[in-house]
Amino acid sequence: MNWRHRIRGLGLVLVTLLVVAACGGSSNNGTASCGASAKSASDCGGMQALIDAAKKEGQLNVIALPPDWANYGAIISGFTAKYGIKVNSANPNGSSQQEVDAINQLAGTSSAPDVVDVGMKVALANVTLFAPYQVATWNDILAGQKESTGLWVQDYGGFMGIGYDSSKVPAITSVQDLLGSGFKGKVALAGDPTQSNQALNGVILAAVANGGSLDDVSKGVDFFHQLKQKGNFVPVIGTAATVKSGQTPVLFEWDYLSTSHGKDVSGWKIFVPSNATIGGYYAQAINKQAPHPAAARLWEEYLYSDEGQNLWLKGGARPVRQAAMTTAGTIDAAAAAALPPVTGTPLFPTQDQQTAAGTYVAAHWSAAIG
Amino acid sequence: MIAAGNPAVSTTAARPSGGGRRLPLTWLGVIPFFIYVGVFLVLPSLIIAVGAFGAKDGSFTLTNFTEIKEPYLVKSFVNSFLLSLNSALIGAVGGALLAYAVATGNPRGILRRIVTSASGVLAQFGGVTLAFAFIATIGNVGFLTVFLKNHGIDIYANSAPLYELSGLTIVYAYFQIPLMLLVFLPAVDGIRPQWREATESLGGGTWHYWRYVAGPLLLPSFLGCTLLLFANAFSAYATAAAIITQGGIIVPLQISNLFTSETGRAIPGLAKALALSMILIVTIVMVLYTVLQRRTSRWLR
Repeated sequence: MNWRHRIRGLGLVLVTLLVVAACGGSSNNGTASCGASAKSASDCGGMQALIDAAKKEGQLNVIALPPDWANYGAIISGFTAKYGIKVNSANPNGSSQQEVDAINQLAGTSSAPDVVDVGMKVALANVTLFAPYQVATWNDILAGQKESTGLWVQDYGGFMGIGYDSSKVPAITSVQDLLGSGFKGKVALAGDPTQSNQALNGVILAAVANGGSLDDVSKGVDFFHQLKQKGNFVPVIGTAATVKSGQTPVLFEWDYLSTSHGKDVSGWKIFVPSNATIGGYYAQAINKQAPHPAAARLWEEYLYSDEGQNLWLKGGARPVRQAAMTTAGTIDAAAAAALPPVTGTPLFPTQDQQTAAGTYVAAHWSAAIG
Repeated sequence: MIAAGNPAVSTTAARPSGGGRRLPLTWLGVIPFFIYVGVFLVLPSLIIAVGAFGAKDGSFTLTNFTEIKEPYLVKSFVNSFLLSLNSALIGAVGGALLAYAVATGNPRGILRRIVTSASGVLAQFGGVTLAFAFIATIGNVGFLTVFLKNHGIDIYANSAPLYELSGLTIVYAYFQIPLMLLVFLPAVDGIRPQWREATESLGGGTWHYWRYVAGPLLLPSFLGCTLLLFANAFSAYATAAAIITQGGIIVPLQISNLFTSETGRAIPGLAKALALSMILIVTIVMVLYTVLQRRTSRWLR
């Protein structure tokens, strides 16, 4: 998240507040039969009752879902086509923190977000804002990937990868390759690791690949220091624009985001190191005070259905039910085959490990690359 | 760019002349100004000053100030200091030479009009637009960089010059030089040709004139303007933020990081402590500037 986005986000929040003020609390209450207390579809009297209640509400407020992020554009239009429920998408480029801020600031209004898709750090810090809900496919989701009552449930994720323009740099087969002379002025991160979780995970990847561990990120900082000394590190934050313009031909990024650069750069490839397979998942949660409680629950049912999961997969993200769907044979095999190959054992940094890494990186990053 | 450069323009404001003992109604006219200053300068400063002593839970603490001793924060202060000093010196020397050239030319000539009006524009040319201009020209795929690379000169061979402190210094010079011209030109204009004639009629040469007459007259103004440039660079944020996106090497960028980090490093109290330190430094610099400016105005009116 860079500052321009933040300013834009702030502007949107202001505009939203003005709109809300203008609308003056015309909040519409959800239907009583299938409201905020439903903990599963059966509480509503079955899936059909939930669908009917959601259709009656007619709308769903989502926030911070960029259409080109993990295929959300297609997911939103798919949901609307299937159920005839209008989806209001606010602040598509917002951050996880801004989603939670919107729940607080817009509380009690009809424009408050019904559902959020947030990073784990934000999800764990805000469980009091969420309503517990268990989707029909609840049992396919591993216990470690959901809160036991369904306050939050991981939805999709991916692995930290190194995307590169194969027409500009040699093929990458190990993280150490990046120190070679063919990568002069080419290697970038997708954020400042003292600020962005994604960039921090890039440093964690470098640490694990260089003899460190999830608990010892110093090797990763050292690695970027070496890159810097060799003149290989570009101190520019990689985005779709910098990849397109060629400023950042090698970019540490979540694989499902890196995939999207293929449409701008034809030779774009993604390398996920087998000795440092760092995974990360996002989580779904329902706003406890959702203005459209039934539509919010139906949205979750849709996302965790085979259809929703396969749509994420088509966007290059790995849906949380992927393993179960592969066993059941309901997975979109072509989309699964198009994912960057991952051969190593996935490692998932815990929140404590992320926090410790963040503290270390904050103290040493500017010296390493300054 | 923030408003640090603007007070310079108004330092010659006259004292209110005349007036009786009763509070004159003309004061009413400046009330909007004071409200403006109160809301956008005094209030934020107070919030910073109070917040700098607050822990995350709101209780009183001094840890924010002890944490400034962390090496990476000390380094960012050193960097900010070097950046401001170097860009101020480049701006001061370049701007002073330019001002002298303009002052000795035809006072109604086209050169003077072009240079002063261009400076008026360029002194305010900062932020993202300036950053973009430099990134598009000498960024790692800027057109000049690519052109030179095609001719065998790779300015990015061993480092990333634009994205480092040295590059930022050059970018800052782009608005520092015109600003120096604007603030220093009145002093140079104040030098009267008669003084030079007087020096010569007393048998003095060019050296004597600069050493004993013009030099001592201009020096306080020169130093004062340099301080102003220092404060201007020290407090600039947007230009640096758009160019340096990694590492937060100067204090304003560290402050921003400490407010927005999503990796558990969002420590608003520490950010406010850094901001308060910056306010103190800029205040000291601006007081010195005012002292020097007062000295200048004794002779050059």
